[in-house]
Amino acid sequence: MTTAQQPPTPHRGQPAWAAALDTRDRAWWNDLAMRGVVLAGGMSAVLFIVAIFGFIASQGFEFIVNRLDLGELLLGVRWEPTVEPPQYGALPLIAGTGWITAVAMAIAVPLAFGAAIYVGEFARGKQREWLKIGIELLAAIPSVVWGVIGLHVMKPIIQELFGVQVGLNVLNAGIILGLMAAPIMATIAEDALKAVPDSYREAAEALGATKWQVVWKVVLPHARPGLSAAVLLGIGRAFGETIAVLMASGHRLMIPESIFDSAATLTATIAAELGEAAVGGDHYQVLFVLGMLLFLITFAINLTADWIVRGRRSKA
Amino acid sequence: MSRANPFAPTALEGRSLGAEKVARLGFLVVTLLLLIPALGILAVLVVEGAPGMSLAFFTEKPRENGAAGGIATALVGTVWLTAVALAIALPVGVAAAIYLSEYARDNWLTRTINVAIVNLAGVPSIVHALFGVGAFVHFLQFGKSILAASCTLAVMTLPVVIVATRESLQAVPKAFRDASWNMGATRWQTIWHIVLPNSGSGILTGLILVVCRAVGETAPIMFTGAVFFRQLYPGGVFDKTMALSLHLFNVSTQVTNVPRHVPFAVALTLIMVVLSMNALAIWFRMKLRGRKKW
Repeated sequence: MTTAQQPPTPHRGQPAWAAALDTRDRAWWNDLAMRGVVLAGGMSAVLFIVAIFGFIASQGFEFIVNRLDLGELLLGVRWEPTVEPPQYGALPLIAGTGWITAVAMAIAVPLAFGAAIYVGEFARGKQREWLKIGIELLAAIPSVVWGVIGLHVMKPIIQELFGVQVGLNVLNAGIILGLMAAPIMATIAEDALKAVPDSYREAAEALGATKWQVVWKVVLPHARPGLSAAVLLGIGRAFGETIAVLMASGHRLMIPESIFDSAATLTATIAAELGEAAVGGDHYQVLFVLGMLLFLITFAINLTADWIVRGRRSKA
Repeated sequence: MSRANPFAPTALEGRSLGAEKVARLGFLVVTLLLLIPALGILAVLVVEGAPGMSLAFFTEKPRENGAAGGIATALVGTVWLTAVALAIALPVGVAAAIYLSEYARDNWLTRTINVAIVNLAGVPSIVHALFGVGAFVHFLQFGKSILAASCTLAVMTLPVVIVATRESLQAVPKAFRDASWNMGATRWQTIWHIVLPNSGSGILTGLILVVCRAVGETAPIMFTGAVFFRQLYPGGVFDKTMALSLHLFNVSTQVTNVPRHVPFAVALTLIMVVLSMNALAIWFRMKLRGRKKW
């Protein structure tokens, strides 16, 4: 860039006046090349999303076309892939996922919203910074460490507290997942609160409203779409969690009847069985079909949450 | 005629202020309820894991399927996996962020890319594992190897890099770019000489967050390259390897007769790496925010 520009050399058959007008020096071609490179980088995210779906679908393709009985897969109550004849009824897994996600949300939603409201509306200065850092660090704890907590810490506590035999159950996994999902939900919820214009708050305060009245009557109603997006993303997160659930849920392939029953989820089943399934076999393929189900459900959840947030932003 | 303070709150105002106090206290309690478990977890890990921590624990290879010995091969394996994942995710992610921040207009393509990033971040880790098995282990024939596992991790952490970098690129004032363009610099020259040097913090934050994710993830690597037990150090990207996270999963669920302190010591190691990296990212962000002049 520092060197003086060379006068352009005419291309073959190019009149001199055209060459003089041609300012395409090396920097110009560089610019063009790098534009292509970064565009390719930008497209990579799209490419990967398409590739993820494509590869998972293709691995399960033969099963889907030839042997898939959707009724049995979704409503069958026996998941016994290793006995003869194998049974692929995923209802126990779907029910387990549902139970555990429900318990997780019952714990995460009040915690996350409470924390978001306090950090976003009440806390000030240093206290606020520290609470935010705490929430961020909580979100960084790896899944497998949460699993160890469920296995070695929560299990005896639950056995002691409720007097039950089995400590690895829906409640255990739900608590663990709730604590895992809450920090992320709190961050998204706080963003939603922050997106409410300050002039709304000032108007309410000028009318003599207390902080709590401002939050309850003005901020929360306006932040509702963002808050529902936070819940949706939390559900998506709890739903897709694998290792922690596998370790804390007890992984029992039956429909749980109470929160003290062990359960298995879709994600944990894939993780537990993929290693043992023969590559290309029915069992292997049906696990990919489950993966496809997971992908489609989380895709729908994320798309809806994104749509809610974006729809609101374009209106504001 | 009472001589009470005329500015004293009326009964109605008193009730509002009472509700205010209750609300403030209530929400503080809820926030602490969320954070106290984190401190509890840390305390339990330190107390239970401390007996297992020693220099030998980090330098010795594991023995008896992990029930005895140290975690040296798992540590080295995790470093390999993370480094290779970083080498893949960082250039792609930074390129994507540059495109989105510097080139993209508000059109359907940009919206598609943004939706893809949001969704990529939301795909469950086990689905990433299935993708890794299908795409890298079998289709590209990397086999179960560090390369396959790191590619899977890279795809998974790509949104983290993109979002962190994009934010820091957008924080560079438009006037910097205008000045550079007015001097006759091309778009790329502006990005390379002006925008990127002024957003190093964001790229570094993205890098640190990728390391955190890559170190902690278990599901995506357990079928693509990490193995249960292996005493050899990896010699290249086509080797299989042990990894800290999978090792923790194994010593807590798969191996019998493991002394109680071993899983806690491994968990403590893992969480110390992750938390110190995160703290570094946070510190870095605050320091730079304080220093910025524009």
